[in-house]
Amino acid sequence: MHHAPAYPAHLPSIRDKAAIAGIGQTAFSKGLGLSEYEMAIEAIWNACDDAGISPREIDGLVRYDMEQTDEEMLLAALGNPLLKWFVGTSWGGGGSASVIVVAAAAIAAGMASTVLVYRSRARGKYSGYGKGMNQGGRYWEKLPESLPGLNQWHVPQGLVSAFQEMAMISMRHRIDYGTTDDQYADVAIAFRDHAIRNPNAVMRTPMTRADHHGSRMVSDPLRLFDCNIETDGAVAMIVTSTERAHHLRQPPAIVHAGAMAAGSHHIRLSNLFARAPEEDSPARVARQLWESSGLSPREVDVAFFYDFFTSLVIIALEQYGFCGLGEGGPFVEKGGLAWPDGRLVCNTNGGQLSEAFIHGFNNTVEAVRQIRGTSTSQVEGCEIAFVAGGNTDPTGAFLLRRG
Amino acid sequence: MTRPLTPSRDSLVTRGFPKPQISRDNAPFYEAARRGELRFQRCTACGRFRHYPRPTCPECLSRDFTWDVASGRGTVYAWTIVRGPTLPAFRDQLPYNVVDVLLDEGVHFVSQVLEVAPEEIRAGMPVEAVFVPIDDEVTLVKFRRVAGESRPPAKSA
Repeated sequence: MHHAPAYPAHLPSIRDKAAIAGIGQTAFSKGLGLSEYEMAIEAIWNACDDAGISPREIDGLVRYDMEQTDEEMLLAALGNPLLKWFVGTSWGGGGSASVIVVAAAAIAAGMASTVLVYRSRARGKYSGYGKGMNQGGRYWEKLPESLPGLNQWHVPQGLVSAFQEMAMISMRHRIDYGTTDDQYADVAIAFRDHAIRNPNAVMRTPMTRADHHGSRMVSDPLRLFDCNIETDGAVAMIVTSTERAHHLRQPPAIVHAGAMAAGSHHIRLSNLFARAPEEDSPARVARQLWESSGLSPREVDVAFFYDFFTSLVIIALEQYGFCGLGEGGPFVEKGGLAWPDGRLVCNTNGGQLSEAFIHGFNNTVEAVRQIRGTSTSQVEGCEIAFVAGGNTDPTGAFLLRRG
Repeated sequence: MTRPLTPSRDSLVTRGFPKPQISRDNAPFYEAARRGELRFQRCTACGRFRHYPRPTCPECLSRDFTWDVASGRGTVYAWTIVRGPTLPAFRDQLPYNVVDVLLDEGVHFVSQVLEVAPEEIRAGMPVEAVFVPIDDEVTLVKFRRVAGESRPPAKSA
């Protein structure tokens, strides 16, 4: 269906060199009763089974920066594979798509042949509450009383948490463009409807516009139903060369293009608000991604935004060029993101608003399912899937295509 | 459902007031605030003010700067009303505003507008700095509404 124009052969590129060959996950729940270590291993095992490889074949990994299950813990539980290349992404949710970009780069460069990416999170309401900043419960409730970092400019003023920072960013978008509560509800309801068809999703009761508007305001303009859910669960993926992926168990989801860029961070609002919107990290990623891919937003069959908040999906649509600045609100109206007939079908798993919050990794495995043709909200003839990391951090995005 | 594991959630929550850690990078700001002055770094070469503190002008890359007094006047650029959850130190203020002020010098500063009801906060509201001591070391810069019509909200950068 889609034919990418030739990319200049003399330019180094990751284009089409790597593919996601295996996906695995645990159940998603508000309380699984498992440790992050246990969940990580279960998801990794499932990803290896899906690809048809042994965990001992893993020779590279990309670790999400907040991940607590480290390389030595993995070696100890996966039969001591010969791990020869291991790096991490940075910036929390911003790095959630970058893990695939970095894995593909390792494959393209020949640094590893079988790269694991994974994320395990025990943050559900009934999960263990760890002492570590990034394990269990709310990270912001465990901030030190003496703040050395840039959050010293936010937290003492009562802006203590990411969701409150996102509220400030969201409010500014309303001031500029008149984005509405109804448009927020359009995002939440579309993704909830996707979740209802997805047996893995945690939130599967129908949501009406009245339900959305009636949910508790947590930090204006964000209501509870504008926020991602908190869950337990883990996701893992195996990235290998496209050539090898063709000989493994599943149809490959080829990493067609990927990009990363810094340029905004929600814990530094004074910088974020001072920069021109076209220099925000997602806008910078978008320019590189479309240029290096030879594709445009019009050729995307299904998109996965880092939906930590409804409002930020609307903003991301603009940043990645699916619509113009200020047009994100109208874009999502009347089922604009909803399967099967939306303008741009998005987050068909229910996303992080309704399926689970595994720092975007659950969106990536759903993008793979779309490429394989196995989603519970399958886009017919899906050939190109777009996946983006969190859009209020240094971030990344990539395109998957059918092999 | 599995019941919560030990340790209990409440035993780990930060109880005290979270304060900025004074360092070489930020000390001139907080020393000025203690004296009732709002000071930011200002580039000697191009004259631009900047915040957060950093060794280099982001516009012209000059490394020469002074800490200059700002007018303290500006308008609300973005805002939220925090309705909870929040840290224990702020719970008795709920619901409370947090704002981003665009100062007349062109820098953004996250703070609060004192003595204004949540429903009165608007983008473009003119405000000026006031100084609120937390202890002997730390004085926070807050804002209060000043007389005069709200200006149209500033455009995005």
